[in-house]
Amino acid sequence: MTENYNKKARTANVNGDTGKNDDNGILEVQGNNDDTNDSIIKSTEISFAGMGVDIAGVKFKNPVTVASGTFGSGAEYGDFVDLSALGAVTTKGVANIPWAGNQTPRIAETYGGMMNAIGLQNPGIDVFCERDIPFLNNYDTNIIVNVCGKTEADYVEVVERLADEKVELLEINVSCPNVKEGGIAFGPDPKALESITKAVKAKAKQPIIMKLSPNVTDITVMAKAAEAGGADAISLINTLTGMKIDINRRSFSVANKTGGVSGPAIKPIAVRMVYQVANAVKLPIIGMGGIMNYEDAIEFMMAGATVVSVGTANFHNPFVTLDILEGIKKFMDEKGIKDINEIIGCVK
Amino acid sequence: MSATKITAKVVRQDQIATDIYSLILEAGAVAVNAKAGQFVSLYSKDGSNLLPRPISLCEINKDKGTIRLVYRVVGKGTKEFSKLREGDKIDVMGPLGNGFNQKSKRAILIGGGIGIPPMLELAKELKCEKSIVLGFRDETFLLNDMNRIEGEVYIASEDGKTGVKGTVLDAIREYDVKGDIIYACGPTPMLKAIREYAFENYMEAQLSLEEKMACGIGACLACVCKSTEVDEHSHVNNKRICKDGPVFDAGEVEL
Ligand SMILES: Cc1cc2nc3c(=O)[nH]c(=O)nc-3n(C[C@H](O)[C@H](O)[C@H](O)COP(=O)(O)OP(=O)(O)OC[C@H]3O[C@@H](n4cnc5c(N)ncnc54)[C@H](O)[C@@H]3O)c2cc1C
Ligand SMILES: Cc1cc2nc3c(=O)[nH]c(=O)nc-3n(C[C@H](O)[C@H](O)[C@H](O)COP(=O)(O)O)c2cc1C
Ligand code: FES
Repeated sequence: MTENYNKKARTANVNGDTGKNDDNGILEVQGNNDDTNDSIIKSTEISFAGMGVDIAGVKFKNPVTVASGTFGSGAEYGDFVDLSALGAVTTKGVANIPWAGNQTPRIAETYGGMMNAIGLQNPGIDVFCERDIPFLNNYDTNIIVNVCGKTEADYVEVVERLADEKVELLEINVSCPNVKEGGIAFGPDPKALESITKAVKAKAKQPIIMKLSPNVTDITVMAKAAEAGGADAISLINTLTGMKIDINRRSFSVANKTGGVSGPAIKPIAVRMVYQVANAVKLPIIGMGGIMNYEDAIEFMMAGATVVSVGTANFHNPFVTLDILEGIKKFMDEKGIKDINEIIGCVK
Repeated sequence: MSATKITAKVVRQDQIATDIYSLILEAGAVAVNAKAGQFVSLYSKDGSNLLPRPISLCEINKDKGTIRLVYRVVGKGTKEFSKLREGDKIDVMGPLGNGFNQKSKRAILIGGGIGIPPMLELAKELKCEKSIVLGFRDETFLLNDMNRIEGEVYIASEDGKTGVKGTVLDAIREYDVKGDIIYACGPTPMLKAIREYAFENYMEAQLSLEEKMACGIGACLACVCKSTEVDEHSHVNNKRICKDGPVFDAGEVEL
């Protein structure tokens, strides 16, 4: 039956040194592959030699992660891709307590992208620590925990709760456009952003990534505020606030009226902002916004991103992260790039 | 029952009513692992339409490794799919969702409009005594297939041209259709009415729900419905239609 599949199960040949793989360096394909299932988890055979990068002292075996909120905590996509092939898994925003999120419809397709107003539905930090962190620690990948909150105290509570957990980095979402208090108050205000960065940094044991909103006039002002507050890295962009109207029903396409636009339609804006921030601050950048393929990923890196996150593209192709990794490798081989760090910010 | 994504080959496609198409795909593992009430995600080739289109399995042929989908053209994606011809390729992910929890109890299968297709596969899989109740606006479709199934078929139509004039519940009352469990798929107002009917008559009912989807596999939390029980994912009474559903017990969800 295997010949019918166009995506074959393969094992990852990871030459990583993070120690979660077994002796011969071959990772077991993980997931629900018991005998009765025809589980087809795709991995990659490429070697990640020359693809290692570093964010705030945390080593990534390759520069590809997933964008928060598009990949859950990895469990669902783990049925499709070997999570150990990723440089990191970035989890859905988690708050101090469970959040129910917005009314439906929560999403709408837009030309070359989508609009979402999920409203940060999440199980809260307790369930996350009990269930999602141990699950992800079965894989040989970094864990980036995306944190959301309504007040500064909420963020600090989550960060403190994570202090002794086995996760590599914290991404502070101060830019969700879909929740009235989902950090959006901090998003466009440099003083508030600097203050929350300081507050979180004071309690955090892991390096802090501040995730910036693109819904501002000058992104560099915000990046500088995060840097002044002591951030270790910056990620951008979150979604752009948009609106879609269903003309037949004379109503908004998402219940929240407005939603965050993501996908390839926003990519040029994201690349421009990554470039501007790369030239305004010294912090490493995790770049995202519409990455669909390896060319897009390399474009973000050349603009100044050290790591790239793939979001909406996962909905179109659950294997996209692996396709991007293979594409980057091929690009490096073809262009004679020995170390991926060469291209980070190479376009001035 | 794990899902996969494949490039499927079109075996044939026929228009079976105004704007309604029947598509048969050679779908290997997707067919082999599937059961009634599950669905697949179909992907557009046009890069401006990024999100998958969820379509229910209308028939599953495990021996041939084929699936049959019956869908109505309502927008860009379904319009593109309606142009597929024998030998064409299309990306498919599935089987997705839980499917009906089939019980050996006297069953009433209710399909309304474009909710009818999944009832065909369910009718084929259910080996117990069953009645099938179908609701149409005006034009009928899939009737020949339904009539081939063992079990009575009752029809309601809004214009009254076929069967009882009115809703599926009017047909159930008119023909005094009896059963111990209802399986239903169709528009939300119909499902609401069936839910009430099942409660009033102390009947078990399973309802197949619909919502806009992005991932189709339970990761993005786009497709939730209000549930009476705490959900397993976020513990906030929001079940994911794509993963925990699309089929729910009537008492499990609020409509
Ligand atoms: C579990 C499930 C099973 C379904 N089974 C069938 C079936 O067997 N036959 C059938 O004809 N239709 C079915 N539908 C509805 C079908 O998914 C939509 O009609 C289809 O997605 C419309 O796509 P479009 O590009 O033509 O329309 P557009 O309006 O252009 O679509 C725009 C976006 O909205 C989404 N969308 C639009 N209408 C719906 C809808 N009713 N439900 C969910 N998403 C929608 C699309 O997927 C797309 O992302 C099912 C829906 C669900 C959730
Ligand atoms: C459905 C959905 C849910 C998201 N949830 C979150 C979230 O919880 N936290 C967050 O910081 N960003 C969230 N985002 C934003 C993404 O992480 C990312 O910044 C944005 O989508 C741009 O990348 P993309 O175009 O590759 O999707 C979400 C995006 C989508 C589409
Ligand atoms: S569509 Fe993503 S959770 Fe259901």
